[in-house]
This record gives sequence, C-alpha cells and structure tokens, in this order.
Amino acid sequence: MADITSPPPRARRSIIPYRIRLEPRLSEPPRWYPFAVSLGAILVALFFGGIVILLAGGDPWRSYVHIAKASFGDLGVFSDTIVKATPLILVGLACSVAFRMRLWNIGAEGQFFLGAFGASAVILIPILPPTAPGWLFFLTTMIAGSLAGALWAFVPGYLKAKLNVNEIITTLMMNYIALSLINYFIFAVWTEGGFQMSPMFPKNAWLPRLTDFGSQVPALRGLTTHAGLIVGLVMSVVVWLIIYRSRWGYEIRLIGDNPRAARYAGINITRNTVLVMMLSGALAGLAGVSEITGVVHRLQSAISPGYGFTGIIIAWLAKLNPFAVIVVSILFGALILAGREIQPSGVPKMIQGIILVSLIASDFLLRYRIRIERIPEEA
Amino acid sequence: MDAIIIILQAGVASGTVLLFATIGELFTERSGVLNLGVEGMMLIGAMSAFSVAIATGNPWLGVLVAMLVAGLLSQIHAFITITLQADQVVSGLALTFLGTGISLVLGEGLSSAGTVSLLPKFTIPLLSLIPWIGPVFFSDHSVLVYVGYLLIPLTWFYIYKTRPGMHLRAVGEYPAAADALGINVFRLRYFYVFVGGLLAGLGGATISLAVAPGWFSELTTAGQGWIAVGLVIFAQWDPIRAAVGSYTFGALRRLILDIQGPTMLLGFANPFYYNPYWGFFLQMLPYAFTIIVLVIGSREAIRKRLGAPAALGTPYIRGERGL
Repeated sequence: MADITSPPPRARRSIIPYRIRLEPRLSEPPRWYPFAVSLGAILVALFFGGIVILLAGGDPWRSYVHIAKASFGDLGVFSDTIVKATPLILVGLACSVAFRMRLWNIGAEGQFFLGAFGASAVILIPILPPTAPGWLFFLTTMIAGSLAGALWAFVPGYLKAKLNVNEIITTLMMNYIALSLINYFIFAVWTEGGFQMSPMFPKNAWLPRLTDFGSQVPALRGLTTHAGLIVGLVMSVVVWLIIYRSRWGYEIRLIGDNPRAARYAGINITRNTVLVMMLSGALAGLAGVSEITGVVHRLQSAISPGYGFTGIIIAWLAKLNPFAVIVVSILFGALILAGREIQPSGVPKMIQGIILVSLIASDFLLRYRIRIERIPEEA
Repeated sequence: MDAIIIILQAGVASGTVLLFATIGELFTERSGVLNLGVEGMMLIGAMSAFSVAIATGNPWLGVLVAMLVAGLLSQIHAFITITLQADQVVSGLALTFLGTGISLVLGEGLSSAGTVSLLPKFTIPLLSLIPWIGPVFFSDHSVLVYVGYLLIPLTWFYIYKTRPGMHLRAVGEYPAAADALGINVFRLRYFYVFVGGLLAGLGGATISLAVAPGWFSELTTAGQGWIAVGLVIFAQWDPIRAAVGSYTFGALRRLILDIQGPTMLLGFANPFYYNPYWGFFLQMLPYAFTIIVLVIGSREAIRKRLGAPAALGTPYIRGERGL
C-alpha cells in the first residue's frame, strides 16, 4: 500500500547505494569532541596548505618538518617559540573576551601598537629617568600601555554602543591609523639619528629574561623567554575568573548568547559594550608592552608580524577558553617563529588563513551529526 | 585650476577600484550574506591579474582570470556560510586571511617581475569637451573606468526595476517568504556571493593593471577592501550612493598623494612639502574618513529608519522560524 502521508522518496537512483543525511544535534556532544574536530581541521588545513606550497614550487613535507624542528627542536628554539607565543597569549585573550560578547574587535593589531606606544612614551619622553628601578618601569609601562590600548578601543566601543556603528570596520580602520601614528613618532619625534626607530631603551626598562639569570644557573644561558610570559599566564587566570566566576562575566556571556534576554534581564548593554571593548584593548595593549620591553627594546614599526590578526584565529581555535588560548598560542608561536625562514615568505600567513577557514567550516560538525546510510531498495 | 582637474581625474580612476568592490559587496549583502573577505578577494585578484598579464602579455586575460579566481575564492565563503551555516563574520575574516596568504605565496617575486602592457586608455570624443566634467570624467581614462560608469546605472536598474532584482531583495529581506514563492534562496545567495567575488577581483585587477600598476604585496590594496565594506554601509545598500562614496574616496586618496608635491599651495608655502612627516597624518585620513562616514551613515539609518537587508548575516535554514 502506498504511503500517502509522506512524499515519495526521490526516484533518482545513484550508483552508490548510500546517502549522506544530516541531523541536527539535540544533545551536547562529549567534551573531547570539539577538540578532536579542531585537531582534524588543523590536519585538513595542513594538507591543503601543502598543496598550495607544492603549486608555488616548494616542498610541503620539508616545510612542515622544518617548522617543527625550528620551533620545538631543542630548548633554545623552544624558548624562542615561547617568546613568540607570549604576545599571542595576550592578544588571543583580548579577542576571546570581545568575541564572547559577540563584539568583533578586529583591532587588536592597532591596540597592540598603542600599547607599545604607551610604554615607549613612559621611557622616551622620559616620564621615568633611566635609572629608575626595574619594578617601577614594569608597573608604569604596563599601566601606560594597557591604558593606551583601552583608549584606542574606547573609540570604536563608544561608537558601537551609542550610535550602533559597525565595530568591525571601525576597529580595523583604527589599525591603519595606529600604524601611521607610530610611524610619525619613529620618524619625526623619537628617531635615532634619522633611522626609522627610537633609541634603545635603558636596561632598567627591559623585562627580565631567563638568560639574565645565566650566571647563577648556567642552563638558562641564552634563553630569551622573558617575564611577559608571566603577565600572559596571570592574565589568562584573570580573564578566566572574570568570564566564568564573576557577575560581570555572566553578563558578558548572556549578552553574547542572547542579547534580547540580557536586555530584558536589565543588563546594561551599552555600558558593557564600551567596557568589554576597553578590556579587550587593554589586553592587546599589554601584549604590545610585553613585546617592546621584553624583546625589541625600542619602538619601531616592524614589531608585529600581524600578532593582532593571529589573535583572532587563536581565540577561535581555543573556543574562547582562556586556558586553551595558551596552548594554541604556543602552536602559532612555533608557526610564526619557523615561518620566518621558509620560502616563499607568505607561507605562515597562508597556513593561518587555511586553518581558520577549515576551522570555521568544521563548526558544522558540532551542530550536525552526519549519517551515512543505505538507501533502501525500492519495492 | 589645472592641478585640481588633474587630481580629480586621477581620483576618478582610483575611485573606480572602490566602485567595483563596493558594488560587488552591495550585491552580496543585498542577498543577505555579509562577506568581509573583500580585501582578500581584491588582493588575489590584483595578484592574478598582474601575474597572468606578465606571463601572457595580454592584460584582458589578466582581468578575466582575476575575476574568476576571486569569484572562486568567494565560493568558499558561500559554501561555509550558506551550506554549512557558519558565522558570516568569522568566515569572511578567514577569507581575507586566506586570500592575503595565497596572494603572498603565489605573488612571491612578482614585484620585480618587470612591466606589463596595461589596459588601453582613451578619451571619449564629444563628452571630453564639456568644461570641468569632460577632462575629469571622460579624458585619458582606462577602459575600466568607463566600465565603472556603465555599472552604476545598470546596477540601479537591475536591483530596483527588474524581476531578478526583486528576487535578490526578497532573498535578503525575507528569505522564508521568498522560498515559499519558489525562489531558490540557496542558489541565489551562492550566485550573488559569486558576483561579489567577480567584482572584487575586477577591483583588484583595476589596481594592478590600470590605476597603480604593479604588485606591492599587501600594500597593493592597503585596506581598500575594508573601506569598500564600510562604503556599503554608508551607501545604505544603494548603488548611486555607493558610487558617490567611491569616487569621493578615490579623490581623497589622490589628494593625499598629490598635496605633498608642490612647494606652493593656494599662494602659501605648502606646509606638507616643508614638513614631510606630516604626511603620516595625511595617510590616516582615508581611514579616519571611513569611520566618520560610518557614523554619518548610522545616524541617518537611525533617523530615517533605514537599514541593512533584514536577513543580512543570518543563514537561511529551511523549516526554522525565520525573521
């Protein structure tokens, strides 16, 4: 007897007697599942990245082996990887905080530069004399840098909150403005003998590095990991506490998940938009301070190989989890470190792009279950 | 006077780049898909146009390939956001990263690869005689500039006066209703994302084969893709306003480049000539103006109750409760 309540199955017969069916997931997948999917996405990305490297005339296997060796091969290079990961942790946190509220701060790069600018201002104006103690330099540069980053992010935050101006475009435009501002200062104000860089910072303003303790512990000699890492780790805990253990964090998460419910619950979205944007900018600013006082030791325009943009990918890959940000940052630190020597030079950027594409595509697997089933024989 | 005409003439050419990208994004967003990958698509377009033109000696082939490659790239975004229903913001960002990365890898060494034969330039016989307008709009322009002029009224007519244009708007405003009327929402969205990619690629080709010939890695576009996304918002999704915005920005870009040249400006000593570092503040202007223009656009949207296509940014899922 013919079933008249449901439409007949499609008459098209395929050669393969199986079909793919998608079912929305009704229950939460197991805890390991999102991580497995992310890992799979990275592997798929490396595969496609390899194809492009091949097309460009490179050897993908050698490129990848080189990346692994040049970043995890021994203690010295691993320390360099950590150095690259340090600013990434902070910008990754910056993006995670904003994205948690579905606030698209794409301006971490500019806020990073402003952080470096704020720290440089303390040292170069100079607000502190070169002989000031290290801890005082540490405190003032960190405060100045995070304030500068927060103020830079305040502009798009305020425009978004008060006038509903698209924050994606404004934060991005602020990046270009920040770079021009830095360029003006290193060319015209703080230039060292006409070169496009400021003079070297006094030693007291440098963040302590592992190698500084080389005279006491010989094993640490030559290791460049600096105290910015501690700042990054502490901020991960702080961000975790804010997001998951505070009333403010609850408001942020509620606005991100369901802005309408948040408004009915009496949460002030306008104020939170400005504050979260500023928190995000402050974190990105700290990354700039850490990089400039821990690694570069002078203000110049080549202090970032796009850290602010990598932060976006890191936040997404870490599923906005502050502790996962640390792990992911180390992986990307390795990619950036080793990528400097790889030809063609755009490879790290391309791999980052491919990773983000396959990652966002793989989110599908978290929401749907893919079933492959046999097409029933027609009677 | 002559100097102003020269700047405006060059401004129209440079505005054509923005025009193509902006109109392309306008089509995409009208169908309800936000594509933030314009910058990446333009960059890959500029790179492929230049490299094909060098390899074959034929700039037309370069333009064609640029459009197809950028269109192909846009289909990644289409697949991820339309079929896989992923977040359009993140996917668009990913597309910009991807386009930038691939362009840098495949464009390696291209900046020193030599010169190409550019697209032809010509002057329109009678129109170029009109005072002011003639020399600015119809004299000694690349053929693509004239293509741009044609694109504006065609886009306007297509969107507001034709049946497919009505379908386009329906899909962006109320996809569930469009679906109920038998319009294939998914296919149309794929198509208009593709159109956006084609035009972004054309914009990129306009840079590398006409306006500022060459390949300068990321500096080739220098954020113009993002300015285009901003201009769509300023234009309130209207092609005429998009054109006005594009040419204004093009003129601004030229003005910034040209104002630092002369020693005298309007009878005074040119401060930008004698303080070359002020140029960094001039460089901020297009980006600062984009922010200002967005503020103006947003205020107007609130006042006139205008706004984005209602379904912009949301995936259409059949059977789910729509807007």
